[in-house]
Amino acid sequence: MAEKKYLIKQISIFSENKPGRLAAIAKALQEAGVNILAFSIAEANGFGVVRALVNKPDLAHTTLTDIGFMVSFTDVIAVAMRDEPGGLFEIARILGEAGINIEYSYAYSGKDGAVLILRVDQVEEGVEKILAAGGTLLDVSLFQ
Amino acid sequence: MWDPRAEEMPATELKRLQYRLLKTLVYRLYSFSDFYHARMREANVHPDDIRTLADITRLPFMYKRDLRDNYPDHLFTATQDELVRYHVSSGTTGKPTVVGYTANDLENWTASLARSLTACGLGRGDVMQVSYGYGLFTGGLGMHYGAERIGATVLPSSTGNTERQIELMQDLHVTAIACTPSYLVHIGETAEKMGVSIRDDTDLRIGVLGAEPWSEAMRTKLQDALGIRVYDIYGTSELSGPMFTECTEQNGIHLWGDLAYPEIIDPETGESLPAGEKGELVMTVLKKEALPMIRYRVGDVTVLNDEPCACGRTSPRIMRIQGRVDDMLIVRGINVFPSQVEHALMEIPEVVGSAFQIEVDRKGALDSMLVRVEMSPEAFSDKITDLMQIRGKVAHTLKSSLNVAAQVELMAPGALPRFEGKAQRVIDRRVY
Repeated sequence: MAEKKYLIKQISIFSENKPGRLAAIAKALQEAGVNILAFSIAEANGFGVVRALVNKPDLAHTTLTDIGFMVSFTDVIAVAMRDEPGGLFEIARILGEAGINIEYSYAYSGKDGAVLILRVDQVEEGVEKILAAGGTLLDVSLFQ
Repeated sequence: MWDPRAEEMPATELKRLQYRLLKTLVYRLYSFSDFYHARMREANVHPDDIRTLADITRLPFMYKRDLRDNYPDHLFTATQDELVRYHVSSGTTGKPTVVGYTANDLENWTASLARSLTACGLGRGDVMQVSYGYGLFTGGLGMHYGAERIGATVLPSSTGNTERQIELMQDLHVTAIACTPSYLVHIGETAEKMGVSIRDDTDLRIGVLGAEPWSEAMRTKLQDALGIRVYDIYGTSELSGPMFTECTEQNGIHLWGDLAYPEIIDPETGESLPAGEKGELVMTVLKKEALPMIRYRVGDVTVLNDEPCACGRTSPRIMRIQGRVDDMLIVRGINVFPSQVEHALMEIPEVVGSAFQIEVDRKGALDSMLVRVEMSPEAFSDKITDLMQIRGKVAHTLKSSLNVAAQVELMAPGALPRFEGKAQRVIDRRVY
């Protein structure tokens, strides 16, 4: 299926809400030579989930599991945004028109433009709808 | 059976024997123990007042603090040259206590374990790995001599270096292990990481588990996960050490009636409770020479069962220990035992029921209880709402089983400490 090439493997890491957990994750990834492209922290009372796009997701998974972290993979998609005023609005309008329900999202602005990372419910259907509404999706090979 | 005459003794004959042994013991203590003599005088009871076995309730209790107050050996009724060994308790709940043993004391201890291990289906041809600590703790040496007595081959591996323990288990075709339940869980987890299946890659068939409270749910889980049968063992250093186990019926721990006389009392009033009612275990050790124990308040909460057992043994049984009188937490006026928390958590597949911690605190006038529990890796979802749902489920299950609300904190697998000795699961931060 053509949409497959837009599915990016995000790693999600369970973390207790206490100082030093993020440092432990980042240090382990550094030592394994894994580059973090984007990340976010979702927090609830008492715990959090660290979500990250990395260049080597399988290596990151093994590395973190070995030191006791609970890790899972989730498919996300990356939408290209213009890095100027109105960039987010343009994408948000496309998503709205496409009827996409966002579970969570985070963004980063890199040297090749801004990118919005999305976790949507029906990911393959979401890809089709975004493309049909005129959105630009980034190919997984750009990341991993 | 190891000793059929003792193990199958008819109830009336056993009661006569117990009465004779009790009467002798009381006379001995009244004559030779300044401590117990004074305590009997205080209670206004003389050995002549003990005319039936039931008169035991007229005798004063002995407490853990009596051993501590008389540290190290002031309660002994044997002189040092008659002693062949000392054991010293860990002192986790206060000052350590010292137990001395005469040659007869060791013999009775070993004989008790020989009967018990035989009742678990062990014997000549078995290889038993003793993964209790050797040394001052009674677990290692006690099990060691008990297993040797029945002709099993003992692997005295003690605690620690779990990977090596698993290698030896494979290489020496170990068939039975004696350790704490939490350590067996740890062995199972470690074996899995090493790519070793206890079920398929070892000859292990029996576990004899004790020295900390555990539950029926944990038994089922261990038996299913490892493909072995696990039995509960009971004892404390004051009674000699690990002494009594379940038989293959797995329905209560046989207390050999010619060695021990159990009672169950209400811990608040000291009144005796009938068989079947939950209360504090009180033990009289009928044949101890160096450190005799009469009506010793063990502090463990259990139920006495004097129905005959399907295995044919006539001695009374105690059912699984449900907690410690002094572990019992009173949270907002409600009695909570850590074992109840464990039992409730075992019902929830999304968490690891054996890995938990309870923290009690007080905010203003109100007690608050926090339960930390490890999640099963399979249950981990990237969505916060899923995790909140699991937490809600745990909180709901705890509330309905304990009758008191608990906050719940989800932890990553392996985040909570594992204990190779007695599991310390409760942190009480309340200041009164």
